Amino acid sequence: MKRAISRTEFLFIAITAFIVIVLLPALNAEGIISNFHLNLWGKYLCYSVLAISVDLLWGYTGLLSLGQALFFSLGGYMFGMYLMLVAGPFGQFAQSGQNPNGLPDFMVFLGHTVLPSFWRPFASFSFSTLMVVALPGLLALGFGYLAFRSRIKGVYFSILTQALTYGAALMFFSNDTVMGGNNGFTDFRYILGVDVRSASTQRWLFIASAVLLLGVYMLCKWLTGTKFGLVQRAVRDSETRVLFSGYAAANYKLFVFVLSSLIAALGGALYVPQVGIINPSEMTTEKSLEAVVWCAVGGRGTLVGPIVGAIGVNALKSWATRNCPDYWSFILGTIFILMVLFVPKGIVGGINDCSAWFTKWKKGREPDSTILEEITEPAASPSQS
Amino acid sequence: MKLRKFLATTILTGAALLTTSISSRAADDTVKVGVLHSLSGTMAISETSLRDVLLFTFDEINKAGGVLGKKIEPVVVDGASNWPLFAEKAKQLLDQDKVAVTFGCWTSVSRKSVLPVFEEKKGLLFYPVQYEGEEMSKNIIYTAEAVNQQATPAVDYELAQGKKKFYLLGSDYVYPQTTNLVLLEYLLSKGVPLENIGGGFKKDESGQIISAGKYTPFGHTDYQQIVAEIKQFAAGGKACVINTLNGDTNVPFFKEYAAAGLTAETCPVVSFSISEDEFRGLPAKQLVGQLGCWTYFQSINSPANKKFTTNFQSWLKNTDVTGIVKEGRVTCSPMVLSYDGVYLWKKAVEKAKSFDVDKVTAALEAGISFDGPGGLVTTQKNHHLTKNVYIGETKANGQFKILKTFNGVVGEPFLKGTFKAKTAK
Repeated sequence: MKRAISRTEFLFIAITAFIVIVLLPALNAEGIISNFHLNLWGKYLCYSVLAISVDLLWGYTGLLSLGQALFFSLGGYMFGMYLMLVAGPFGQFAQSGQNPNGLPDFMVFLGHTVLPSFWRPFASFSFSTLMVVALPGLLALGFGYLAFRSRIKGVYFSILTQALTYGAALMFFSNDTVMGGNNGFTDFRYILGVDVRSASTQRWLFIASAVLLLGVYMLCKWLTGTKFGLVQRAVRDSETRVLFSGYAAANYKLFVFVLSSLIAALGGALYVPQVGIINPSEMTTEKSLEAVVWCAVGGRGTLVGPIVGAIGVNALKSWATRNCPDYWSFILGTIFILMVLFVPKGIVGGINDCSAWFTKWKKGREPDSTILEEITEPAASPSQS
Repeated sequence: MKLRKFLATTILTGAALLTTSISSRAADDTVKVGVLHSLSGTMAISETSLRDVLLFTFDEINKAGGVLGKKIEPVVVDGASNWPLFAEKAKQLLDQDKVAVTFGCWTSVSRKSVLPVFEEKKGLLFYPVQYEGEEMSKNIIYTAEAVNQQATPAVDYELAQGKKKFYLLGSDYVYPQTTNLVLLEYLLSKGVPLENIGGGFKKDESGQIISAGKYTPFGHTDYQQIVAEIKQFAAGGKACVINTLNGDTNVPFFKEYAAAGLTAETCPVVSFSISEDEFRGLPAKQLVGQLGCWTYFQSINSPANKKFTTNFQSWLKNTDVTGIVKEGRVTCSPMVLSYDGVYLWKKAVEKAKSFDVDKVTAALEAGISFDGPGGLVTTQKNHHLTKNVYIGETKANGQFKILKTFNGVVGEPFLKGTFKAKTAK
């Protein structure tokens, strides 16, 4: 078996990681990179984590989930509950003496005088952090178990995940749920005793996001390189053959589904304190679709692709909503259409194709076997019987 | 994984970083002013009108010599009905563009999203749309209608008309929820008994009422059951509906309402979210005779309003702003409150002789008056405005016939708990 990571690649990961994790924050601390930009890039890094979680499902296992934004938001909400409880005693109602119990502002707003019981444990940082992974993980486990046991796949799986997301968004939109309704959670103050809005906290959150992204990247890199990854891709390319080869495809899919929900949730938990708001419109189907678009643009079925896509599309969006606010959606739309028409494999896939073509051209008319191998390899190996 | 991939990635990300970093600085003879509205997404239909009126106002001021001798240079950004993007754009306006002031936001959630940003970075935001109150940030000026400049005057009007029963209906978000909680207290204080308030109540674990009225989600279309309930509620006569439904959900509601045989004579509906501008997308015919309550109507007959509407229409004809709708345009309260906001800021800057946020805010708190299209508006120490409130009746052409005017109503954001119930005594 090939080593999961080649020497040059390792070198590049190390250099990129060093730049993002050490150099950029250091430059920010020196005032060379503005707080605004570092914060913006922290957001992109969280989006990249979400994109990888989509790609792990879609690009590697062939499961197009339209519910990844739900897990992302759930992670954010779970952590947000902690932030809201910490912020409560410092909110405007507490300052004006209307809030003796230190409830989050939005509850005082709606006339609550006591904290609903399910909120109480979230005052603990560790409980919240645990719930960031526990709730989305359990939801994914339950939902995935039911879906995969029933052999739901393809477009039906997408529709089901979409319905799940839609239902959850409706639930969170309702003020009866006591999760902030349409306004969601905002106006965070402290995180473990430090001011969440200060430049240094934001810098640490940026570093945490970068470390998370690196960790997720390495984990997925390793996982997709193992035998497990091979089965994963086999499921994508021909599930029936995998089943007849004696593999319990449902278990593989369930594992990937839960893993990717955990990845998305962690990204969401770091996203919320950096962006400063989480509300139910973050868990709608559109947001999940956006993440799918990032993958498609960057190149699905690769791990760099989603990162390139998430950062590229969002950076373009940030730039365009400021510099051409009237027609930015047309610019983005045109790019997506052109990408699908001419570079269906996305940026990274397109670059790979080009380089393959370039090597072929350099070699002259020698027949090129490497491309063929790459295409047939995943489907062929598990079903050799 | 190959070397090329990483090269490509690095180059791409680098390029993206560069492009986002580019920001221009204001020239010496201009002052940058932010415009933060949704120009795309679900809120675009409402918020684009505010962008238009703001650009019109800037042009009008620039033509008259600008502010403190400086021309206003608008920085228009698109919040895209995306609340985290609103926060990002606010950061960008304050950090990168260093705008002197920002005019923007429509939904409460967008305001809640940018509020921490404006407080942290010490910016100044003018917020022009009717809202639920219970907020008073030192970095926001609320030219918007507070609950006592819309909901309670409307109730006063209905009480004067001899109404005894009030049905509360709204979309499920913070503005209707809070408005109705205030109205509940207000109605009780006016001697309306609890059983005459329709829509239902919800209580929290301690038995406190946390929600009054009936709520439907955004985009709800089935109002059959609710209208049947209203019909039953209104059967004894002397009833009215207080409607805080949002946007296009009003269409199925009023359709059902008319179909059930309910009319403005038997049981009038007072709506707080339907202005002239909404009638560009709503069928006005089904609402004829129903009531609206705002601090401005296009039908106000005053020289200031005439000048404003004429100038706005001629500006629309001549402007070259991309994507602007030129036909069938009307003016409405949020538009006028945006317009008023710009002039109030201009006057405050001139009084403070500075663009500095603290000095301008101090000037605004001390009280600045402007004779706007909706009548005289004056800033208060609590960052809200004193202004006139009008009750209007919907006409078939989407305009309002003014029925009653309340002059000089003082904006009061914190109303909950201020009205004492008569029954409790």
